[in-house]
Amino acid sequence: MGSLLRSEEMTLCQLFLQSEAAYTCVSELGELGLVQFRDLNPDFNAFQRKFVNEIRRCEEMERKLRFLEKEIKKDGIPMLDTGDNPDAPAPREMIDLEATFEKLENEMKEVNSNSEALKKNYLELTELKHILRKTQTFFDEAEFQHQAMHDPYLGEETMGLLGEESQRSGQPLRLGFVAGVIGREKIPAFERMLWRACRGNVFLRQAEIDKAMEDPVTGDQVLKSVFIIFFQGDQLKSRVKKICEGFRATLYPCPETQSERREMSIGVMTRIEDLNTVLGQTGDHRHRVLVAAAKNIKVWFIKVRKIKAIYHTLNMFNLDVTQKCLIAECWCPFADLDRIQQALQRGTERSGSSVPSILNRMSTKQEPPTYNRNNKLTQGFQNLVDAYGVASYREINPAPFTIISFPFLFAVMFGDMGHGLIMFLFALWMVIREKQLQAKKIDNEIWSTFFGGRYIILLMGAFSMYTGFIYNDVFSKSLNLFGCQCDKDYTPASLDNNQHLQLNPNGSYTGTPYAIGLDPIWSVALNKIAFTNSLKMKTSIILGVSQMMFGVALSFLNHRYFQRPMNIICEFIPQVIFLFCMFGYLCILIFHKWTHYTSDMAGNAPSLLIGAINMFLFNYPKHSKLIYSGQPGFQGFLVVIAVLCVPWMLLVKPFLLRYQARYGQPFDFADVMINQGIHTIEYCLGCISHTASYLRLWALSLAHAQLSEVLWTMVMRLGFMFDGFIAPFMLVIVFFFWAGATVIILVVMEGLSAFLHALRLHWVEFQSKFYKGEGYMFQPFSYEHILDHGGEEN
Amino acid sequence: MVSPICGPKLSAYCSILSVWGIVMLGLLGLFFQIRSPTLIEDIPLENWNGTYSEAVEKFEQTAMNCWIAAGIYVVLFIFSFVQQRMHSRASYEMS
Repeated sequence: MGSLLRSEEMTLCQLFLQSEAAYTCVSELGELGLVQFRDLNPDFNAFQRKFVNEIRRCEEMERKLRFLEKEIKKDGIPMLDTGDNPDAPAPREMIDLEATFEKLENEMKEVNSNSEALKKNYLELTELKHILRKTQTFFDEAEFQHQAMHDPYLGEETMGLLGEESQRSGQPLRLGFVAGVIGREKIPAFERMLWRACRGNVFLRQAEIDKAMEDPVTGDQVLKSVFIIFFQGDQLKSRVKKICEGFRATLYPCPETQSERREMSIGVMTRIEDLNTVLGQTGDHRHRVLVAAAKNIKVWFIKVRKIKAIYHTLNMFNLDVTQKCLIAECWCPFADLDRIQQALQRGTERSGSSVPSILNRMSTKQEPPTYNRNNKLTQGFQNLVDAYGVASYREINPAPFTIISFPFLFAVMFGDMGHGLIMFLFALWMVIREKQLQAKKIDNEIWSTFFGGRYIILLMGAFSMYTGFIYNDVFSKSLNLFGCQCDKDYTPASLDNNQHLQLNPNGSYTGTPYAIGLDPIWSVALNKIAFTNSLKMKTSIILGVSQMMFGVALSFLNHRYFQRPMNIICEFIPQVIFLFCMFGYLCILIFHKWTHYTSDMAGNAPSLLIGAINMFLFNYPKHSKLIYSGQPGFQGFLVVIAVLCVPWMLLVKPFLLRYQARYGQPFDFADVMINQGIHTIEYCLGCISHTASYLRLWALSLAHAQLSEVLWTMVMRLGFMFDGFIAPFMLVIVFFFWAGATVIILVVMEGLSAFLHALRLHWVEFQSKFYKGEGYMFQPFSYEHILDHGGEEN
Repeated sequence: MVSPICGPKLSAYCSILSVWGIVMLGLLGLFFQIRSPTLIEDIPLENWNGTYSEAVEKFEQTAMNCWIAAGIYVVLFIFSFVQQRMHSRASYEMS
């Protein structure tokens, strides 16, 4: 187990693989996941490589599997995920797999096309059934109307000119008609069109079909209507038919007489029943095929992806001149060379090759990749660091320090025992139920972010409880655990009729401080904010300066490791002196003021802020209060030293480098000078602005405390203000809202903001002191990774 | 079997909230009962006549309210817990 402080030592290796053993060896290495192959044919495009055909076959198989998966999902059949991980199949098994998938796909396609045709048939028949049923009423009505229309006419003109009335009255006017089915939403437009095109000479009747029908192609449910159009004459007939065509209405032949219609209806019914049984059988067959496929589909996916990954990797190898062996180059951790050797041996044995594969270390000038071995706790923090920049090779990795300092700085801003507890319990639940939750594979971005950071949240919650304990805040209320150290003997009698009692800190303080944290008496004090502000600002400065100092100290370890003594003398030492003279001294003064001034002297204690300003202005007015004698002289000395550090950082290194390069080596003095100037300015200005930046710890902590107090007084307090029997019920409702607002606003939103600020303090204020972050990540060839990411690889 | 009234998420939410309510309101009632000075601003004292005894009475009344509210949350918790059990049994039978 390597340490987290620096990334693993990496080495570049050359692999000689017998061409028959290459496949199995790479397969073993993929299971191991400790080797990053380099592409040795970067100039070739994907089609010029050796194993294009195999990859194409794999992609074809994947496509078929995806098709099957889609069909399985459509039918809602659960896919069995046993979680087992089959080995990559041997190349010859690929043909079997291909045959299986081909067969399945063809079967599926056939079933689908069959069922589509059947469904279309079924739809037509049902539509016809509806037509026959609905049109019956239309015909009845039409006949009735017809008679009503013609009888008076007959009565008026008793005798026709040609004497054909008797004939006409006997049989109704010869009206033609067409019947069909149309989508319900098209009806109004259809009607209007018919009216206009035929000048009102056609008669349209329509009725809605109650049940929605399934569209055989898309599978959507569609609402339709039956219609029948009466008209007279062939011209109108052709016109009506054209309109129907234009509106995509399906027309059905409809017999004219009732008896024929009845007969047809019976025929249709029997055919529908037959179709139903056939459809059911097709569905059953499809279901059987899919259930059988669903059992294996996950395993198939894994197998195909593994084969594809192997060929993809083999494509990066070089072919030996004799065509007998493949040459690969790879990065691997030095400590794991033995395991890689063993894997190669296993691979060779499996392939049955007699010639062993050879692993050969190479020396190189290239920068190796950065590889940190993390467990599930440290991985989250490593991700926070890597999001800023991957560490340069063997550089100090800030992640192990971040594990403590990140939750702590977060908690300084989020300090509240109640909110911390909520956060802690949530994270604890995720940590305890880790396995079950992981197995669920919830595909939600917000959830996976929280779940991925569960250990970070757990620590943040725990640390928040600690800082909340120090601030003595539980949902903005204080706890009196160790006995309040502010005492005045008020009796119940002295409280009667005396609404304005005061506690003066001078006199009521017992002399011994409250054991740990803030005295609970502050929670009822009017000047609580003034007091906590001073406390929190000072703490922020102390925490900030110590973290920056720590960062500078880490840069010393880096300089020593990379053997750059010049950087120690020309950068590290002046940096430490500069930071100490300006802000380290201020921290000492803060501690001094905390320990040496009692409440009696509070009135004439010196102001540290004014003192710091005076220090830099070399200006000490007569009435200014000094902390110790000789303060102006010493402070002046510190400022002068700090200022002298600036040219030390700026000039010494470039001139030393120029001196070293005096014997003719190429040396660009201006370049070095500019670089050093930038670093110096960045550090000096950075020290000041970063110290100020750490005051966000105070600002956010204040904001959080105030917001939670406001929520209590504006919401929760309402619940106590009721009288009578309604009071408990109102309390229940108010608590409900208060609890919701607490979680949403104070825990989630404030938590996110505090998280971002803590992140910034680490990325900018802390890491800028020592971290380069110019490396690149070690991305080993690993099945685990490929399978987790659904086989997307570059 | 009676079908559950609340959905699985709602009943989980309600049971978590009621556990919180039971613990917090129970403790709050205790703190009102011992007349914690930090809660003086939370008792209804708009028209206080200024006597100590009335303040004590208000404190105790508020404490009782808290406990009754906690009791209501106990009922809510039992209800939502039963709902949750029904859901988990239903989903167990499904699979």
